[in-house]
Amino acid sequence: MISRFGPSRSTETPLLIGLPGPWTAIAVAVILAIYPLVMNSMGEDFYISMGSRVLILALAASALNLALGYGGMISLGHAAFLGIGGYAVAILAKSGIDAAWIAVPVAVGCAAAAACLIGAISLRTRGVYFIMITLAFAQLFYYLAISLPQFGGDDGLPMTARSVIPGLPLDGDLGFYYFVYFTAGLAFVLLYRLVSSRFGRALVAIRENERRMAAIGYPVYRLKLMAFTLSGGLAGLAGALLANLSLGVTPHTLTWHQSGILMVMVIIGGSGYFWGGITGAAIFLLLEETISAHTEHWNLVLGALLLFIVLVAPDGVMSLRERVRALLGRKPAGGAEAQSSIAAGEKAQ
Amino acid sequence: MLYLILEQALNGLQYGLMLFLLAAGLTLVFGIMDLINLAHGSLYMIGAFLAAAFYQWLGSFFPALFLAIIATALIGVILERLLYRRLQGMSHLSQVLATFALILIANETIKIIFGAQPLMIGMPASLSGPVELVTDELYYPAYRLLIIAVGLVVAVGLYVLVNRTRIGMWMRAGASNPQMAAVMGVRIKPLFTFVFALGAALCALAGALLGPLLAVSVGMGESILIPAFEVIVIGGIGSMRGALVGSLLVGMIDTVGRLLLTFGLKLVVDGSTAATLGPTLASMMVSLLMVAVLFFRPQGLFPARG
Repeated sequence: MISRFGPSRSTETPLLIGLPGPWTAIAVAVILAIYPLVMNSMGEDFYISMGSRVLILALAASALNLALGYGGMISLGHAAFLGIGGYAVAILAKSGIDAAWIAVPVAVGCAAAAACLIGAISLRTRGVYFIMITLAFAQLFYYLAISLPQFGGDDGLPMTARSVIPGLPLDGDLGFYYFVYFTAGLAFVLLYRLVSSRFGRALVAIRENERRMAAIGYPVYRLKLMAFTLSGGLAGLAGALLANLSLGVTPHTLTWHQSGILMVMVIIGGSGYFWGGITGAAIFLLLEETISAHTEHWNLVLGALLLFIVLVAPDGVMSLRERVRALLGRKPAGGAEAQSSIAAGEKAQ
Repeated sequence: MLYLILEQALNGLQYGLMLFLLAAGLTLVFGIMDLINLAHGSLYMIGAFLAAAFYQWLGSFFPALFLAIIATALIGVILERLLYRRLQGMSHLSQVLATFALILIANETIKIIFGAQPLMIGMPASLSGPVELVTDELYYPAYRLLIIAVGLVVAVGLYVLVNRTRIGMWMRAGASNPQMAAVMGVRIKPLFTFVFALGAALCALAGALLGPLLAVSVGMGESILIPAFEVIVIGGIGSMRGALVGSLLVGMIDTVGRLLLTFGLKLVVDGSTAATLGPTLASMMVSLLMVAVLFFRPQGLFPARG
């Protein structure tokens, strides 16, 4: 029996589908830069911190997307890296080190190191075993966090103030938003460079056919480990920002429920699409915000929505464009996708 | 000390056997249907809640247990027909997400129907006292002995079912190669439904039996799901023998290991630190064991498929 793992697609997924054009990226960057100013002038400061939250979780989801969507590594333990980043910042703050230029890189480093270690062991297994072992590792960190009194136990670690950057006050919602905006923006540029590089293409090729890539001579294990480590490091960055946003971490950040939610975000947006994690996080948080305002049974709605997505549109929102195009072009879906891939390939050259 | 260890060993046996009830269903569903079911813990929770509801209605334990098992098995059949059948051909990622969605739906539905307060199931009066196992030294609750007995009976029953009956033969054939089994004339779809219903019934049995010991509450499914998964990964996915060995191993580590660790730590560090560190390390030890097993034997201790 052939083992199935990785996001399986009905047709072959072209490598470059889902990479943003320059104009889309610029437009999004400009809109996100103006957004808090508009909200500030309207006096809606709540929506500025909501915006920070969306950006941070968009980064976390995109980090997972690198491993899950591009690399085909179904990690059910990414909350661990989110939590490690958060705990690193909180512990440093508790011991008096609150300079952002120390705390944030340390958080990223810790998360990346953990990801490297976890990946090195987990990537020896495949399929379901990989899902389970990443889950087990995340549980390990969860148990560690809830039972060590130095880590605050069940209550987590509160922070008295946000990290400090000379010249930029982060305590206000506006200042913090721009801190997140630039940090996450940098990470997204890095992610874009990664997935459009040779490394990114090799990663996608490994997802599509690992055995063939190994036969051609690519160091499959090493490439996957690199992607997993980078993914963990970026998730750690998101965790560091999240701890700053909510002024502290709780063990809840480390639960497998949180890992599941990150995965849900990626799937809502579209795994393996550059905008997938970002769109997914935005849609998820906006839905949560609006639906929770009307009913306390948000999880019920989320569950139903998720079932619908899995059964009806497993490729997420970002695949809609191709689906619509395929419908309008009156061609079979495969043909349209293949054509757009050729077009994309020509553009790239 | 010896009796303390003995008592913890009995607790470990009891916990391990209950884990086995879940792990057996999980490993069967995975091995035969090639399906990751994260919502297996939800069936356990549903079984416990149904048992609590029937108990409040009937006021008597064993009929409530029986009805809860039947009802949960029926829910299992419905779920298999409506949802799991569709998920079978899908990727593992889709299965993880869909069953994650089921957990959310199940938790929220239970909360709507029964409220957020935990429910209690009363113990049958005849079993509520302790039993004297060793004169004046070791008393053990009769009810826990009943759980151990039921667990052992079910384990033997499952062994006979899988290894000595025609249905069991189909199940083993389905686990090792579903297509071949179908070609050789095994009616695979009703078999899947049966296996799923059996898994659900075992969940309900575990949930209802543990009801009087734990509070029946929303989220109880998740707390036992992770150990159950660890059990089947340690034992080898799809292997019944692996599930039994894994369950007992995990059960023992969680109880006896905890005791010995706390005791051992007390020799090294002071008492209060040992008391907090012991349980932590014990719960981490199960995960560490799983990691170690996967590291050295990526297919688990008893791989089901050659």
